Amino acid sequence: MPADEAADEAIAVEVEGLTKSFGGKVVVRDLSMRVRRGQIYGFLGPNGSGKTTTLRMLCGLLTPDSGRGSALGYDIRTQNEEIKRHVGYMTQRFSLYQDLSIQENLEFVARVYGLANPVREARDAIERLGLVGREHQLAGELSGGWKQRLALGACILPTPELLLLDEPTAGVDPKARREFWGEIHKLAAQGMTVLVSTHYMDEAERCHEIAYIAYGVLLAHGTIHDVIQQSHLRTYSVSGPDLYSLSEKLLGLPGVDMVAPFGNSLHVAGRDGEALDRAVADFRNRPDLHWSVSQPSLEDVFISLMGKSRDNFQ
Amino acid sequence: MIDLSRTLAMLIKEFVQLRRDRLTFSTMIFIPVVQLLLFGYAINTTPRHLPTAVLVHEENDLTRSVLAALGNTSYFSVTRIARSEAEMDHWMRSGEVLFGVEIPAGFERGVRRGDRPALLVAADASDPVAAGTALAALEGIVQTALVRDRGLPESIQSVPAFEIRQHRRYNPAAVTSLNIVPGLLGTILTMTMLIFTALSVTREIERGTMESLLSMPIRPLEIMLGKIAPYVLIGFLQAALILVLAVLLFRVPIEGSVLLLSGLSTLFIATNLSIGYTFSTIAQNQLQAVQMSFMFFLPNILLSGFMFPYAGMPGWAQVIGELLPLTHYIRIVRGIMLKGASLYDLHIDAAALAGLMLLAMTLAVRRFRTTLD
Repeated sequence: MPADEAADEAIAVEVEGLTKSFGGKVVVRDLSMRVRRGQIYGFLGPNGSGKTTTLRMLCGLLTPDSGRGSALGYDIRTQNEEIKRHVGYMTQRFSLYQDLSIQENLEFVARVYGLANPVREARDAIERLGLVGREHQLAGELSGGWKQRLALGACILPTPELLLLDEPTAGVDPKARREFWGEIHKLAAQGMTVLVSTHYMDEAERCHEIAYIAYGVLLAHGTIHDVIQQSHLRTYSVSGPDLYSLSEKLLGLPGVDMVAPFGNSLHVAGRDGEALDRAVADFRNRPDLHWSVSQPSLEDVFISLMGKSRDNFQ
Repeated sequence: MIDLSRTLAMLIKEFVQLRRDRLTFSTMIFIPVVQLLLFGYAINTTPRHLPTAVLVHEENDLTRSVLAALGNTSYFSVTRIARSEAEMDHWMRSGEVLFGVEIPAGFERGVRRGDRPALLVAADASDPVAAGTALAALEGIVQTALVRDRGLPESIQSVPAFEIRQHRRYNPAAVTSLNIVPGLLGTILTMTMLIFTALSVTREIERGTMESLLSMPIRPLEIMLGKIAPYVLIGFLQAALILVLAVLLFRVPIEGSVLLLSGLSTLFIATNLSIGYTFSTIAQNQLQAVQMSFMFFLPNILLSGFMFPYAGMPGWAQVIGELLPLTHYIRIVRGIMLKGASLYDLHIDAAALAGLMLLAMTLAVRRFRTTLD
């Protein structure tokens, strides 16, 4: 490993001013972030926000237009080979060979990484994955949950130090998701750094730290507590009749940044607490509505961040 | 029941998709025109100006006239002057010349004395079409041209002054299968090998496996060699099968070395696989890869000397022909099987195949994108 400063030993990923555009459209804009070793770092944001592009830049699959960065101390522009050897990347779409069996796929990966005994490595991985008895089944015939498990197994086979997971649990049932996250935490406990992109709020809450990215711009990052605190969001929960027409009335008012239905109640939030209070003052006096101050959820924060970034974008 | 609006919906969708696929669109319009012009002008079944080597044992006015007369027939074009019979044989085996004309020692004296000496004309009959017309025209034309040119005494003019002794080499009975079967070996190999590898990279891209492959520590050259190697073996088995059938069913001889034939066939197989692989790195999807292979396959059949005499094509078409692996391989196969050619006879064609293979491989490795940019 290159001789870094001692402080950087604890840093797995560090990027600064990363920018990437496709056909004149900026997909990632001036992105800077740091991930400490052994962390599970959640990467959140709406579709098309640049999550996949960022992950691909980190593992050498895309070259950034500008900016610099390193993964595990290797320069992401110039040290592609080292990065490919030490970084595991799990693609969003299943990308192992559908017409190879589980065993054959794992053996292929083991050989490409030059592991000493590919057959045994594959067999050990099958045991770890709980796929004993199905090793000769074609990968294409597996269900979504098993495919994702196999893909993760293939990724960690060469024992990477950094794992990049691109929406690993999309289309996977809750039980399989839970098991998957158990596995991720086990890996992190063993010292692996994991960068995982997701849409799911409950998954964000399983991460040590998160970053929220929208329209290619990193809007917030830190622990969940930090992100919620930093948002300075005042949130009310309203319940009562005909909440839908209430939400329509509230949405256009100055100071109201977010109105979102949550089951039988409505979450109303604003970054400027005083402005929000002025806007909702009239409605608070209505006897049929019950207002209460609530702790903003991560989702409230994200929805309001998205609204804000859209404003900035225009 | 056919519902017109549903059919129309499908039709409009197909048109829109077709318009998006630029390459398919241009192949439909551009390629037919190019190919029509290319082949229309290139193919000639009564070839003239065929390459001829001469071996002259005595040099004088008469022998010069004979050679000039030969050239005047417009069928023969003297491209080589041989110094020995061995040299002439080498040129014929290598396919450099189609005819070898030998004027023996004492030729002029024989003519003057009315002995009717023999003018030896050896023809490469491994391609009967190319040799046939020229040989048929040879007899009469040389005689009359010679008389006009030289003004020999009347007495000699009434009877032919010399005898033309024709020798159809390599396929004296002009059996078509002896000409076609070795060429077919090359044609079949070209077709199957191209398709094998033309799909290999596009398949990975279309199935989405390329993304994870590229994130692993494997280099473009390693991917290429790994993808080509298994098909070399398959191609070799295919070639062996065709050769066994050629010998058993069509009685095609193998005059030369079987080892040399195997070696150069393997080289030819690898060359085609490399070209197919190159297409695979250029094409955006499997359909385009197949189209490119086919567009490459057609000139291979028509301009390589497989269907039509190579020597009969105009110069520019011969240049294109030289760029096609099948042209060289057909010379190699006919050379080894029918003429007993050695590596020395065929070293230029062997080198050309190796050169084309390296060119294709270099292009493929350079074209291969290691990122998704």
